[in-house]
Amino acid sequence: MMRPFLRVLTPVFIMLMAVLLSGCGEQFIVLDPKGPIGESQKDLIYFSTILCAVIIVPVLILTAIIVIRYRDKPGSKASYKPNWEHSTKLEITWWGIPIVAIVILAIVTVKYTYALEPSKPIESAKEPITIQVTSLDWKWLFQYPDEDIATVNYIKIPEDVPIKFQLTADTAMNSFWVPQLGGQIYAMSGMAMTLYLQADEQGTYFGTGANFTGKDFAKMTFKVDATSEEDYKAWVDEVKATSPALTAEGFEQLTEPSVSNVQLFSSFPQGLFHKVAMQYINGGGGAHQHHGSAESEAADTKATDSNTAPADAAETHDHNASHTDSNAHAGH
Amino acid sequence: MLDKIKQFASEFFVTGDPLILGAQVSIGLSLVAILFVLTFFKKWRWLWTEWLTSVDHKKIGIMYIIASILMLFRGGVDALLMRVQLAAPQLEFLNPEHYNAIFTTHGVIMILFMAMPLMFGLFNIVVPLQIGARDVAFPFLNSLSFWMFFFGAMLFNVSFIIGGSPDAGWLAYPPLSELSGSPGLGQDFYIWGIQISGIGSLATGINFVVTILKMRAPGMKLMQMPMFVWSVLSSCITIMFAFPILTVTLFLLFIDRYLGAHFFTLDGGGNPMMYINLIWMWGHPEVYIVILPAFGIFSEVVSAFSKKKLFGYKSMVFALMSISFFSFFTWAHHFFTMGSGANVNAFFALTTMLIAIPTGVKVFNWLFTMYRGRLSFPTPMMWTIAFIPCFVIGGMTGVLLSVAPADFQFHNSYFLIAHFHQVLIGGVVFGYFAGLYYWWPKMFGFRLHEGLGKWAFWFWNIGFYVCFMPQYALGLMGMTRRFNAYDFDMGWQPLNVVSTVGAFLMGMAFIFQVWQIAHSIRFFKKEKDGDAWDGRTLEWSIPSPAPLYNFARLPQVTSQDEWWEEKQRIANGQPAKPLSKLEPIHMPKNSGIPFIMSLCWFVAGFGFVWDWLWMAIPGLIGVAICMLVRSFSYDTDYYIPVDEIERTEAALRGTK
Repeated sequence: MMRPFLRVLTPVFIMLMAVLLSGCGEQFIVLDPKGPIGESQKDLIYFSTILCAVIIVPVLILTAIIVIRYRDKPGSKASYKPNWEHSTKLEITWWGIPIVAIVILAIVTVKYTYALEPSKPIESAKEPITIQVTSLDWKWLFQYPDEDIATVNYIKIPEDVPIKFQLTADTAMNSFWVPQLGGQIYAMSGMAMTLYLQADEQGTYFGTGANFTGKDFAKMTFKVDATSEEDYKAWVDEVKATSPALTAEGFEQLTEPSVSNVQLFSSFPQGLFHKVAMQYINGGGGAHQHHGSAESEAADTKATDSNTAPADAAETHDHNASHTDSNAHAGH
Repeated sequence: MLDKIKQFASEFFVTGDPLILGAQVSIGLSLVAILFVLTFFKKWRWLWTEWLTSVDHKKIGIMYIIASILMLFRGGVDALLMRVQLAAPQLEFLNPEHYNAIFTTHGVIMILFMAMPLMFGLFNIVVPLQIGARDVAFPFLNSLSFWMFFFGAMLFNVSFIIGGSPDAGWLAYPPLSELSGSPGLGQDFYIWGIQISGIGSLATGINFVVTILKMRAPGMKLMQMPMFVWSVLSSCITIMFAFPILTVTLFLLFIDRYLGAHFFTLDGGGNPMMYINLIWMWGHPEVYIVILPAFGIFSEVVSAFSKKKLFGYKSMVFALMSISFFSFFTWAHHFFTMGSGANVNAFFALTTMLIAIPTGVKVFNWLFTMYRGRLSFPTPMMWTIAFIPCFVIGGMTGVLLSVAPADFQFHNSYFLIAHFHQVLIGGVVFGYFAGLYYWWPKMFGFRLHEGLGKWAFWFWNIGFYVCFMPQYALGLMGMTRRFNAYDFDMGWQPLNVVSTVGAFLMGMAFIFQVWQIAHSIRFFKKEKDGDAWDGRTLEWSIPSPAPLYNFARLPQVTSQDEWWEEKQRIANGQPAKPLSKLEPIHMPKNSGIPFIMSLCWFVAGFGFVWDWLWMAIPGLIGVAICMLVRSFSYDTDYYIPVDEIERTEAALRGTK
């Protein structure tokens, strides 16, 4: 009667198989981070897994032992106490075990929650590079305001330099996720989120949209190339020299529901990101007009000063509580 | 004229997909077949008087269970279609719209139209019997709840052949679910289907809270209730507080879509994030609503098949009630990545972890119920034993997900998918199967074939692990949920194939279960004794299936496992309790109003979906008339005379 044992071992066995079959980790990109944020998150994942395993492995073993020992068979020598139903000592013990484990995990979690708050800048001697991310239907637009270039479905970054991603969405909420650099954050319309990431190594990393945005959501994957700073500068210069400019009309076309290959642009309309982020707050008078134009009347009465908001208004709309440099803005 | 009809039909019916065409044809044929059989065997009157108008909790429970098994089939087919689509990279088996519709309906159906009615079915059948009552507190409302659920579910289901399925995800986040994202009718079917059935769920919640608080047999104190009854109480209290949130949220979404309001739109001051918060304020308690009764079932089963009292009764009660309470304070863990800031995330991470404590305690209590017991392993107990490792692992991955900063890497990936399927299948489905197998003899008076049940059990279990363990790995490989296709270079294919194989193993398991039921009916063997498992609680003290009035004499309760203690007393030669004199039994009369009123709701909902006021308004008027008629009907109850009770009892007990 080894069945209970098998039952317990099956999941463990399959998990082991899964790990072994796929060559120990290369494809497990979440567990193979190439940046400080992903690294901390990986540590946290391992820590919490081990802490939980310390409790559940004995529980699984205990289950197997009890199920085997107390099964009803002729001549069983195991004790049988049909009315034994309470033991203060035992019950305190197993209220205690999970409490202790959860307290430990809670302390670690809270510490990391503050340490890894996505809008918290990464400490570095180097100035961060800003990349403005817009989720469109169904492609990503990346703008480099410092370099004045833009890309679709492709990011190039220099290694060892913190990247400040500012994120918004044109319509439905998406989530911006580059697993090997670090965890995701939602890209939401009507606001700009901040996410700091950094690559410590050169390489090509997989990026994806992680929140369902409609029909061709699955086509919203992209590559992130981390290169040396020289290569990065050379690439920027090349894009500036050889690629077309992104015009306002060009952007209109991008917002049309469709999928896209990689595109590179040598410039983009001034303040485009903020216009997109603020479009609904401005009463529909933002970057483009294709959303429910009949419904924008009510909004017009609400929009007062945000039309005149400075170009960086969206930044102050950062909803991250710990974002310190935001000077509260009336256009909210 | 003909062109007009053609034009209308092409908009009315979903056209152009061979799979759906096949479904339409087969649904049409089965409808014809059902109508034919009913007419041929002259069963219409029987159907109406015995079932459709019945207010008997046992029959309503059986109807809930039949409906949920049908829905399990539909939701399961959805799942298999998805798994086929994901078995190879860039497969074009389903186009993106179809895939999106299927994962949406799979989620809605499995939670709201499969798990919920299966749960309500067990509530209905078991709770009155366990507390020694003759029916629920409000039998008419109970029937109305069932028919509201049923017609709501039908309204939702009809969308895939008429009008088009919703495809904005099972929780329908705006703006995708707004007119701007879903201009079609699918989302309206979603709103009205869930609204109508949701009213039924809320009423059931209220009904069972009152039943448990007011209808217990004389002498049964709260702390002597069977653990399943406690779990139903905690679940129903959660329903009472959670379902109004769902109703209001979907109503606001309806106003947005129908009247052009701006609660959740992008423009006009609307805020889609508010919807996400609101829907999860219902959605998180909802998962506890379905898991708590499963905990109750495991407690009953583990105690019955260990031949031992449930260990740590008070701990269990406290754990159940605290889970029900804390379930309302964890909703934001579904969107740690919304960037609400470290304070908010830390709070919700802690409340989520807090729930792990009572849950862990319950596992220990089940283990120590078995400790020093005498375990036997018929199918209900097998499901219980399989549940423990499965749920413990699923719970552990849940704790991993609750670590907010780590969740930034798990969120919306297949790791999450694997986690919630593990707790929902390993917890809820296994639990309800355990309950179904355990109480089946009580419901129908015959047993299910054990051998086929074991085949089904092993297929379900092996299939489950083969299907979902690889999905944890896929999540760590960066695979996002709701992808309808993936590229060749991701290396996701091998594990996806394994996962698909697992899904089909579970499909086989379902076939075994259907076979098991069919086989057991074919070789029907009447249960001679009402006490199929040498049970401990009151439902086993009466014949199977229970007579209309359940208990000829209301039992006098003095202890927790009343029936077990009674059997012990008799075995020890102590005198049995003296039988009191039989008295006429007060019973509710059957009523067709719940069925008709729910049908009117269906008509009204269908009218609103299509924006046909000529249909919606008469539907609502029908609802109002039904309410009026009910308000002025005074002939709603009757008494079963003593001699009829005596005859019934003699016939039932005589076969002993």
